[in-house]
Amino acid sequence: MTAPQKTFGFGLGLVKGLSVTLRTMLRPAITVQYPHVKPVLPPRTRGVIALKQENCTVCYKCARECPDWCIYIDAHKEAHDPAGGGRARSAKILDRFAIDFSLCMYCGICVEVCPFDALFWSPEYEYAEYDITEMLHEKERLESWTTTVQPPPPLEDGAEAPEEAAS
Amino acid sequence: MIADSSVFDTLTSNFWLSLLLKTVACLLFFLVVPLVVGYMEHKVLAHGQGRLGPMEAGGFHGWAQLVADGVKFIQKEDIVPTAADRGVFSLAPGVVMIPYIVVIAVLPFSATVWALNLDVGVFFVLAMSSIGVIGVLMAGWSSANKFSLIGALRAAAQLIAYELPMVLASAAIVMQAGTMSLVGISEAQWQMWYVVYQPIGFLIFMIAVFAELSRPPFDMPVADSEIIFGAYTEYSGLKFAFFLLAEYGGIVVMTAIASVLYLGGYQPLRGLEMIPGPLWMMGKIFALSFVVIWVRVTFPRLREDQLQRFTWLWLTPLALLQILGVAYFKVAF
Repeated sequence: MTAPQKTFGFGLGLVKGLSVTLRTMLRPAITVQYPHVKPVLPPRTRGVIALKQENCTVCYKCARECPDWCIYIDAHKEAHDPAGGGRARSAKILDRFAIDFSLCMYCGICVEVCPFDALFWSPEYEYAEYDITEMLHEKERLESWTTTVQPPPPLEDGAEAPEEAAS
Repeated sequence: MIADSSVFDTLTSNFWLSLLLKTVACLLFFLVVPLVVGYMEHKVLAHGQGRLGPMEAGGFHGWAQLVADGVKFIQKEDIVPTAADRGVFSLAPGVVMIPYIVVIAVLPFSATVWALNLDVGVFFVLAMSSIGVIGVLMAGWSSANKFSLIGALRAAAQLIAYELPMVLASAAIVMQAGTMSLVGISEAQWQMWYVVYQPIGFLIFMIAVFAELSRPPFDMPVADSEIIFGAYTEYSGLKFAFFLLAEYGGIVVMTAIASVLYLGGYQPLRGLEMIPGPLWMMGKIFALSFVVIWVRVTFPRLREDQLQRFTWLWLTPLALLQILGVAYFKVAF
């Protein structure tokens, strides 16, 4: 271990400090002027949860796993007569899917547990409201965010191919 | 060499009209230049910390930020604490601000552009710039608040401690120039600025200026982490705005004095005579103001005892040495 180098000379430290601030002054600031310039966010940013309704089977897994109980799902069953005859097939129809973003803590468990890829993370973040009760967003709004979902970032070199690609 | 009359007197021979012109010019100077320095502080502080500072007000790089601040201060409620001494409390901002306006009258901007050429200019300036602290004491005492009182007493102790080296440093200048008139001192530096002869004096003077203005690293009277905002804690609205204006006005006035005493005031650098004197003076004021702000963004606050120790053990003896040196050369050559 070498002892920390002693600065000799009276007031040298003061001059050093001044030079640090002067150099910072001359460097351009990295501030992004937000409303005028939008930041470039990575594709996996957890901005908001988007819902693709046609993938949802109303299995309720997301609602049950949600630690905050902020997902509301209502559904009913409909019976269809199959074309070839036989017993009527029943299907669950999604009536309401809502996420209360004033309760959501953005843990992403619902996205993880969804067995049919109906929930996605989107980098969209501009959905502030003036009233906290306005933060409860219904399925139409959740659906609209699917357009902002980014494709996953490319795999690193030498990484294993994802399971979906192999099957 | 020194013109007997200022440019205002040559414009009109009527005494009262000339007086009116001078008053308006001084007030305009006080209302415009401190705001420019205040804006500069916003920007220099921000860039010194890698930020941008105000960018919205007025459109271009937030140039109207201080105008917007002024409008905000006017709209705010003017609160006087119940226990406060109403009269003294309301008078204090004026007592802090007016001396700096008065000092502007004696600032020379060229051999003819000045409002008042006092024979005791330096004396007048130093006396006036010390009046402000009475206003701070009034503010601190009348606020009926312990933090205000501590801040005011710190300000008073600091002024006494730093007024001494400041006066001694100026005395060395007066000795070398042979006059106390600010115009005369500027004229005496036509060959060489006094900072070349008295660099130590310049350093002492600038450090004392930081302390007089309660600027970091000597801002113990308003140390927000210890005593909230010192003597200004209870103030709001327009009265608080007056204190702020007095702070920036103080920066302008004190740096102007430092330019006159050490940087030749309106005297140009050799070979750059085509730039007129008033521009040189303004340039020096802004350059020194930049240094004041630059020091603020760089250094942390000293402790109260360190501040007192520094002035009594270092600045005052050094200033005395400077006087001795000047006196020696004055007599020997």
